[in-house]
Amino acid sequence: MTPPFPGSWHWLEAAGLQLVIDALRRQGHRVVGPQVADGAIVLRDLVSVADLPTGWLDEQDGGSYRLRYDPNAGTFDHVVGPHSLKNFLFPARETVASFARDGGAWTQAPPSVAEPPLAVLGVRGCDLAALAVQDRVFLGGGYVDEAYKARRERLFLVAVNCRRAAATCFCHSMGCGPTAGPGFDVALTEIGGRFACEVGSDRGAAVLASAIAAGAVVAACTDGEIDAARAVPRDLAARMHARQAAADGPSPRSLDTHGIRDLLMRNLEHPRWDEVASRCLSCTNCTLVCPTCFCASVQEVADLSGDQVDRERHWASCFSLDHARMHGQSVRSSTASRYRQWLTHKFATWIDQFDTSGCTGCGRCITWCPVGIDVTEEIAAIRATDGAAAPDAERGTP
Amino acid sequence: MIMPAHPPSAATTDPWRAHAARIVSIRDETPGVQTYELEFEEASVRTGYSFAAGQFNMLYLPGIGEAAISVSSDPDHRGTIAHTVRAVGNVTDALTRLAVRDHLFIRGPFGTPWPVAAAGGRDIVIVAGGLGLASQRAAIEQLARRKDGGRTIVVHGAKRPAGLLYASDYARWRAAGIDVHTVVDEGDVAWHGRVGLVTHLLDDLPLDPSATTILCCGPDAMMVGVAEAAMPRGVSPEQVYLSLERNMSCAVAHCGLCQFGPHFVCRDGPVLRYDRIAGLMRVPQL
Repeated sequence: MTPPFPGSWHWLEAAGLQLVIDALRRQGHRVVGPQVADGAIVLRDLVSVADLPTGWLDEQDGGSYRLRYDPNAGTFDHVVGPHSLKNFLFPARETVASFARDGGAWTQAPPSVAEPPLAVLGVRGCDLAALAVQDRVFLGGGYVDEAYKARRERLFLVAVNCRRAAATCFCHSMGCGPTAGPGFDVALTEIGGRFACEVGSDRGAAVLASAIAAGAVVAACTDGEIDAARAVPRDLAARMHARQAAADGPSPRSLDTHGIRDLLMRNLEHPRWDEVASRCLSCTNCTLVCPTCFCASVQEVADLSGDQVDRERHWASCFSLDHARMHGQSVRSSTASRYRQWLTHKFATWIDQFDTSGCTGCGRCITWCPVGIDVTEEIAAIRATDGAAAPDAERGTP
Repeated sequence: MIMPAHPPSAATTDPWRAHAARIVSIRDETPGVQTYELEFEEASVRTGYSFAAGQFNMLYLPGIGEAAISVSSDPDHRGTIAHTVRAVGNVTDALTRLAVRDHLFIRGPFGTPWPVAAAGGRDIVIVAGGLGLASQRAAIEQLARRKDGGRTIVVHGAKRPAGLLYASDYARWRAAGIDVHTVVDEGDVAWHGRVGLVTHLLDDLPLDPSATTILCCGPDAMMVGVAEAAMPRGVSPEQVYLSLERNMSCAVAHCGLCQFGPHFVCRDGPVLRYDRIAGLMRVPQL
């Protein structure tokens, strides 16, 4: 049997996938994968393939997320839950610097790097795309976030090619899926209860070789089988482009991205911002579940003696009044201006800043919005009334 | 992609690494405003640190927080740097409780500079509202030594005469050939100068529009007023530079708080060319 190499394809049974997880753990990885918890499929520490959400489907729509058990569903027929790679690479709370006072003098402690490398199972095309977007923010902008870099360099990614889309999915519109890649170490395509496994990197090949050495039965895929596996996400993409309803629910969303940057930037005073603001609760959910949102603020956290201070970075949201506070006042005091900031940043100014959209079409912001505000609908509404002037000619709104 | 005009100095490869600095002197400026002269503790930082006029540092007090403050001293003066600070918040209030020989921490320098090096014989008009002059003083000190034939004009406005910043420097600047004009919103018995807005003073200034570059720093509304007043005089929007102020946590385009349209004010600013932001400045609550 030829050993795995980048570009090789192999059949993996559930038992083989367990040996891949074991191999990653033997190498010292913390392995994380999708699991059912608290009524959702979330990313948690994973030890056993038995903990994967086999048979569980997520029905998602604006403001709605429900799990349904279907004995015919596979291990990865759910799509994305509230968690993303962001939760692990750019944690919601992280100490960026520490200072200690000794005899009156403060010194900065060197940064600690005591984390095991991370391996994530079940990463989708939209997740890989979001990772590439965050790479540009934290690694590519002239300044490097050292903690992110350390995690990123050691990150092991087991991707999954989607064969089902939720009603909130529009990765096909954003060019981010449903085919996973590039950027994975190993990618799985579920077919008939087993996984066609594509090796994407030397590290992926080494882990698979380690699983084989531990007894994994890994047959090479034939050319025909590789073609069949490649067709799985391609067929889903075709159905998404045709906006075909899935057997189990409504058709996925889609977004016309043509000229989207200029469309939004020439409509900064469109009346739709006020209209959406009448529904938006400014709750920040969309920014928290968004896999690319990177805003953060730093807080001083001191121990009781006051001699030990951590500078803690917390996720921030452009929907909070504190986000753009100056001289005791918020620059964006209206909900309309804050919604506009989120949407125009994500779909327009992000392109100026990072040469890419900030949206991957994962649909999380639609699902987890408590009132079901849908970015695809908001952008379509602005496109349909491009150039509409705010009813209030006086500045002050939005 | 927009790349930083100035890469981080060698002293700050980890953007969160701060360097201890000692307060060498504290000078009272206007009411509530002090200038702190600072010296880095480590010799390697002291010699390795350099900044360009218009850039800022993050001043940090452990347990209290950070504030973004322009460097106000002469960039060509080595050894110490100066920051002029108004006590308006948590960090700047705490600064006023420090004394000479106390320490604070500095990250920086960050941001884009005033286009002083590229002046190339052009007339430079520096328009400052209140404490805005603090971000321009470094440029003025460099322009005081210019030998390229261009004129340098400082137009400084304050609410009241006591609010005119760096008044003790004006004689030296004038001796170096700089035209210094002052104007206040509200005079007092001792005030014999002009009363009104900086834009009015600018209107009366003889300008050669094709050879004029304007560097403006002050409240947003004042800067828009200055830029709009300069347009009918024939000054190109590409020759008007504004220094913006926004809330920020990181100074390295990671925290996202300072965004102004596509610009990270910390990295792509604070000094931004008017033609690139004119449309955005007209949109309320952007």
